[in-house]
Amino acid sequence: MPDLKELVVGKLRDRFADEFESSNEYRGELTVIVKKSAIRSVCQFLRDDAELRFDSLRDVCGVDYYRPEDRFEVVYNLYSIPQNFRLRIKVRVDESDLHVDSVTPVFSTADWEERETYDMYGIIFDGHPDLRRIYMPEDFEHFPLRKDFPLMGIPGSLALPRK
Amino acid sequence: MGLEQESFFTTKLDDIIGWARKNSLWPMPMGISCCAIEMMAFAGPRTDVSRFGSEAFRFSPRQSDLMIVAGTVTYKMSHVVRKIYDQMPDPKWVIAMGACTSSGGMYRSYSVVQGIDLFLPVDVYVAGCPPRPDNLLRGLMEVQAKIARGEKPGQKEKIYIQEHA
Amino acid sequence: MTVSARDSKTKILHALEDQDTNVTFDDPLEHDMVLNMGPQHPATHGVLRLLVRLDGETIVSAIPDLGYLHRGYEKIAENCTYHEFIPHTDRLDYLSPLANNVAYALAVEKLAGIEIPERAKYIRVICAELARLASHLVWVGTMAMDVGAVTVLLWGFREREKIQDIWDLLTGVRFTTSFTRVGGLAQDMKEDSVAAIRNFLDAFPQSLEECEKLLIKNRIFIDRCEGVGYISREQAINMGITGPILRASGVEHDLRKDQPYLVYGNLDFDIPTYTDGDTLARFYVRMEEMRQSVKILYQALEKIPQGPVNANEPKKVLPKKERTYGNMEELIHDFMLVNFGINPPIGEVYSAIEGSKGELGFYLVSHGEGNPWRLKIRSPSFVNLQILPLMLKGGMISDVVAVIGSLDPVMGEADK
Repeated sequence: MPDLKELVVGKLRDRFADEFESSNEYRGELTVIVKKSAIRSVCQFLRDDAELRFDSLRDVCGVDYYRPEDRFEVVYNLYSIPQNFRLRIKVRVDESDLHVDSVTPVFSTADWEERETYDMYGIIFDGHPDLRRIYMPEDFEHFPLRKDFPLMGIPGSLALPRK
Repeated sequence: MGLEQESFFTTKLDDIIGWARKNSLWPMPMGISCCAIEMMAFAGPRTDVSRFGSEAFRFSPRQSDLMIVAGTVTYKMSHVVRKIYDQMPDPKWVIAMGACTSSGGMYRSYSVVQGIDLFLPVDVYVAGCPPRPDNLLRGLMEVQAKIARGEKPGQKEKIYIQEHA
Repeated sequence: MTVSARDSKTKILHALEDQDTNVTFDDPLEHDMVLNMGPQHPATHGVLRLLVRLDGETIVSAIPDLGYLHRGYEKIAENCTYHEFIPHTDRLDYLSPLANNVAYALAVEKLAGIEIPERAKYIRVICAELARLASHLVWVGTMAMDVGAVTVLLWGFREREKIQDIWDLLTGVRFTTSFTRVGGLAQDMKEDSVAAIRNFLDAFPQSLEECEKLLIKNRIFIDRCEGVGYISREQAINMGITGPILRASGVEHDLRKDQPYLVYGNLDFDIPTYTDGDTLARFYVRMEEMRQSVKILYQALEKIPQGPVNANEPKKVLPKKERTYGNMEELIHDFMLVNFGINPPIGEVYSAIEGSKGELGFYLVSHGEGNPWRLKIRSPSFVNLQILPLMLKGGMISDVVAVIGSLDPVMGEADK
């Protein structure tokens, strides 16, 4: 549905003129990159807009590009059940400032998904009700999915029971 | 064990206890991941484990004497596995079911313990990912044979059940 | 004598020293109790841990604790080629390994731009639907066992064993199949597998009805499920729930219909939807889904065309092993694919299928190398489990097992 894609991009461009960065299409999937300060209001807008109604957030995940600037990206995968349409929103996060606004007030799904992203990448979601590790033990110090973390882990970082 | 007179057996106490013990092993199903489904199939109607006296799966460690560790043990889970093992009454036996349990298997990653023998004494290792239920039956029979020979748990040489084609 | 619950320990000690052993509390239910369920608990389906705060028998709050089966799939994926990751997908949702194979292969094909032949698409549909049946059969058995009916577990496993025999014929493996390849399948479907599937399908509806009759005419089962673990339509959508749980809350959403992949567009089937949103509705949705799967399987077997099962793209699709021994071209391609991978163009895709638990998606980021730069698994169990505290709140402690059973989580994919 090309018209819906144009509609989404046009509406976002109008509404968030300063925060909208770019949009691209690859293999029929629409990706929009916005400034990280706007992510909560973008999600709110997309959910409440009467024409678009992106009512469910399917996924949140982080990506580590391992580059000097804007090392991390947080990817939000939205889906509109009434329009049967998928949209991917990305925000860029620099290593010096790992804070992103939480979208939990807009979509309750984001609760665990953001905890997972925090657990794996150490990205801190401001305004999250209960931001702690979800998979790794509470006292674990590293962020395993970062590219500088070795596959086999850091010896001694996780304890085994006494034999 | 020998038949001396009509309707009499003379035997050693150890032997008769071992015989009774080996035919009523009560497993503690430590079902963690994929192998747990094959362990359920092993208790299920086709490869009926009650033929070997082990159909009474006890989810309480206090009532069981054979722990079947079925699935990938992560560092977070290892403390739980060890605690449950410690709660089982002696003598107790351990079967490491499947590749990840025995050696970490295909999970060479930061969160997986590379073999439960790093923190538990294991008696029988069963190969496969996951092992077929009949292969697990063979593992159970090996434990029974160990008991019949009067071996102490976790001490003599380990038994490795290979995967047959 | 009576003892108040505060600093009760010393008072009990005093009472015992006074040799008056009849100690009674003012109100033993005055205080909340925290109960730990799992990770080793028969009803938590693997290694889910649940902390429940109780007021008497009523649940005040529940907190799930995950990570006991976190195996680091996403990190492993970044360190192996696209082909090497296929066996790992089996072990994600280990109740329906074939469906995961299909989902992953579709995602990689979308990324690399491979179009697979028509016959392979039909075989993949057959695989995915058989996997759905196998998964739902374990679900009906374990859920019924959790609420007290053990027979259904044995009957469910009897039927599941038949499906696993079919997998044995079709894929060569009984459980962890690794059947799909990027751009096709490991092997073609032979006539004996077709006959086995037909035999199974002819007998299956009868057996399913037997299982269902045991439960739906059972007062205990109905009373334990009806009205328990209610979730409204709005809550379900806002929580991102997918699959049978969403459909039991009255949302007719199924990716097989809404965004048809493979050949689901050519097949005629219904999406069972209930509006009650409770445990019983989720039971009926899944039972009805199994009937629809049988319908789909019959049609797929009817319509399947002849032809190749692998796409004709030698630089991306692994050649047959036998051919590599005799042909130089195939040997070179095999060498390049195994050692350097398929190197899809730089880009990112998200591809999802309707698995037995809900939307199973893979988000892939490629940097043009042989291994994925990032692979994110959107696992339905993980997202669906999030609704557990909402469902349990205000319920009874004995309902916990029924509600977890109706959610049907598989910790392999929830913990990744």
